[in-house]
Amino acid sequence: MILHELLSYETLRVIWWGLLGVLLIGFALTDGFDMGVGALIPFVGKTDIERRVAINTVGPVWEGNQVWFILGGGAIFAAWPPLYAVSFSGFYLAMFVILAAFIVRPVAFKYRSKRDDPRWRTAWDWALFASGAIPALLFGVAVGNVIQGVPFHFTDDLHTIYEGAWYMKFIGLLDPFSILAGVVSLAMLVMHGGAWLTLKAEGVVQTRARAIGSVAALVAVGAYALAGVWMAFGIEGYRIVGDYVTGGPSNPLHFEVEKTATWLTAYADRPWIVLAPVMGIVGGLLTFLGLRAGREVSTLLFSKMAILGVISSVGLTMFPFIMPSSSDPRSSLTVWNSSSSHLTLFIMLVVTAIFMPLILMYTAWVYKVLWGKVTEADVSENSHSVY
Amino acid sequence: MEFGIVELSRLQFAMTAMYHFLFVPLTLGLSIIVAIMETVYVMTNRPIWRQMTKFWGMLFGINFVLGVATGITMEFQFGMNWSYYSHYVGDIFGAPLAIEGLMAFFLEATFVGLFFFGWDKLSKVAHLGVAWLVAIGSNFSALWILIANGWMQNPVGAEFNPQTMRMEMTDFFAVLFNEVAQAKFVHTVSAGYVTASVFVIGVSAWYLLKHRHVELARRSITVAAAFGLASAFSVVLLGDESGYSATHSQKMKLAAIEAMWETHEAPAPFNLIGFPDQEARETHFAIEIPWAMGLIGTRSLTTEIPGINDLVAQAEDRIRSGMIAYDALMHIREMRDAADPVIMATFEEHSADLGFAFLLKKYVDDPRQATEDQIVAASNDTVPTVWPLFWAFRIMVALGFGFIATMAYFFWRSSFRGMNYPRPALWLAVVMIPAPWIAAEMGWFVAEFGRQPWTVDGVLPTAMSVSALSMTEVALTLAGFILFYTVLFIIEMGLMVKYIRKGPFQDVAETDAWVVRHTDRLAGRKNADAIAQPDLQPAE
Repeated sequence: MILHELLSYETLRVIWWGLLGVLLIGFALTDGFDMGVGALIPFVGKTDIERRVAINTVGPVWEGNQVWFILGGGAIFAAWPPLYAVSFSGFYLAMFVILAAFIVRPVAFKYRSKRDDPRWRTAWDWALFASGAIPALLFGVAVGNVIQGVPFHFTDDLHTIYEGAWYMKFIGLLDPFSILAGVVSLAMLVMHGGAWLTLKAEGVVQTRARAIGSVAALVAVGAYALAGVWMAFGIEGYRIVGDYVTGGPSNPLHFEVEKTATWLTAYADRPWIVLAPVMGIVGGLLTFLGLRAGREVSTLLFSKMAILGVISSVGLTMFPFIMPSSSDPRSSLTVWNSSSSHLTLFIMLVVTAIFMPLILMYTAWVYKVLWGKVTEADVSENSHSVY
Repeated sequence: MEFGIVELSRLQFAMTAMYHFLFVPLTLGLSIIVAIMETVYVMTNRPIWRQMTKFWGMLFGINFVLGVATGITMEFQFGMNWSYYSHYVGDIFGAPLAIEGLMAFFLEATFVGLFFFGWDKLSKVAHLGVAWLVAIGSNFSALWILIANGWMQNPVGAEFNPQTMRMEMTDFFAVLFNEVAQAKFVHTVSAGYVTASVFVIGVSAWYLLKHRHVELARRSITVAAAFGLASAFSVVLLGDESGYSATHSQKMKLAAIEAMWETHEAPAPFNLIGFPDQEARETHFAIEIPWAMGLIGTRSLTTEIPGINDLVAQAEDRIRSGMIAYDALMHIREMRDAADPVIMATFEEHSADLGFAFLLKKYVDDPRQATEDQIVAASNDTVPTVWPLFWAFRIMVALGFGFIATMAYFFWRSSFRGMNYPRPALWLAVVMIPAPWIAAEMGWFVAEFGRQPWTVDGVLPTAMSVSALSMTEVALTLAGFILFYTVLFIIEMGLMVKYIRKGPFQDVAETDAWVVRHTDRLAGRKNADAIAQPDLQPAE
């Protein structure tokens, strides 16, 4: 294979860094509203039929949405193996909790309405709540930890070793800044779920979703702004020092890294990236206004804009870092030292370039077929075939 | 055997993988059977076929969701519990997993929702298209997963890079067209088709025994028996193909399955049954079929298949060669670009055996310091425990031939005996429902346990692949999985049984009315088609 030399190793790494962002954002935009709706279910629906309406707004699409999550895992494995190895084993117990949520959620969707017993249904409703809210919170907590650096180092063989006792890998994740990041993430996805329900539901479910969603939008914007201020004054950043190559072998130990006062110097180096946080804040505020005004399609688009802005602001600010190490900065994972080989990145890019447009096309078609509101009448008429 | 983090992580992986595979085979096969039924509906426009599609589709859905849910565990567990493995081979192994998501899983998951929710929103043909896309997606999914697994059994198209301390892909098409992966794929999906066929026949047989839903049950048996017969032949033939390819790539696994301690002069006999004794390295009370092993393994009467003792001796040589590679690697790692070209050349020459030097890490931190005793011990470690492999394999094969016989019988009755089945045969079909699951789990056990002590055959030992976790963490998650999976299993079985007992409940009035009309029409015609006549015997 010589074809892969067409694109330099450095270019491919930057493309795959971008695709990592695309996958995370794709996940948040699609599965995000599933999680948000899950977190909202006990509050937007007081009766069984109301809850079923809320569930059935995501009923036909959650399976496809969840694939963004699985594909995210697979793509990190394929394109950034050290990141996959370090993060999944480093956040071991937190990953298990997220995994448990992602196992319970499909089952809850599918099995909830298969028995008439109200206790059975209420139990699954709370399962849907927990499996929506907890991962939404934990994803933010994980990002908060990554921003501050994670205590790990590599041995000469590139085995990963974590500092500290095992329970610190869970309890230790919950520092104040990371909890704030978790609040941003949870509020943002609840906002997104509210925007989705505004579009897909009507009547009392929609009214409640708009009320809760608009509060969540304000919380998300406020917490996000607060986290930005905190990062300016209280969170250390990282930078690569000395000469380094961007197209060399993927070995983290070939780099020298040191801590800096703040990540936000990135905004002086690359002023254009300010676009991302601006999109996040403006999108959040517009979603708030849209929910208040009861606008349906545009509100969902604003909510998407907010999520796009917030997630990309984290990546753009940290570039080229992906996962810095707080205890041994030179073990930090960056775009230049933790990718797959040149050939693998190229092959994966070709496959992605073929299939991603196809996926977007047929997903769009499915959403088009399912376009329109889910009503209480729909649910009771098709009681056997819907959730 | 001491019980440490490696054993605990293996136990968790084995448990979650085997649990996942309780749901996968039914998904693979039932997706196609349902799509076939819907095809007949679209072609004939007979409501009974739509009812069948919806009924089996409902059971498919209950099963599918747990397959999806437990599959996430598999995708994430490599990083969580096997982080050195993920680092060491992620460059190759990650690619098929990601492609699976892009090409297959997105397809099946996106359309499965539309399958259940789209009956009123789509035209008949469009809905049929959706059903087939779900089936195709599910089966492609298996292809990519088995390409990943096939690479662990036969790691082609990759080489070690001393700069990054990992294996890197050199030839994607070699990984893709790996003969082990291709044979495994067809073998595995065929096993799924057999599983679904046995399931459909078993459930339908139960309805016939109870004189319920007779129209649905007879038609379902007809579809499943034809599909199942072809699949049962395929599963055995491709199992044989796997054995043939194992002769080249996994000699130790083959020898262990066969409990063949000494190299036998060609053509080797096949041990039908016997009692393997690992300590003494012999098999007691063996009943042999002359020539059979040689024919299966080499398809010749003159090629020898090496026995375990000879393979251990070869492993010892490779360990010594691997120690040279390891020594050179240490130099290269220290000097990076300034490494001595002579040492680089030495490394190139021996790098294929590097993994064998890693086997010594169990005994000594630096493989270069290994004593003679440790080298011998490590070479003995390359022999997996023989007796479970020997028996698991034989149970699987016996069941495989049993499926051919059962399917052939039901196919004959459905095609040439007017879909009348004697009650004992129906009872047998009900009792056989768990059999394909047992065969499938045995098959995976042979494939994975037989690869030990390696995660990637000859490249990376299992003991080196684990994450640096504490026993407490893994014990916690293992307990969590056991608790969690047990509850889900009970719920799943409860719903399956409930919906099977309930029977088809959609489109009932329309279907029943059609059955009456159809029966009348057939009765009015000369030489009425017996196949379409409902069983009018009153219930006992």
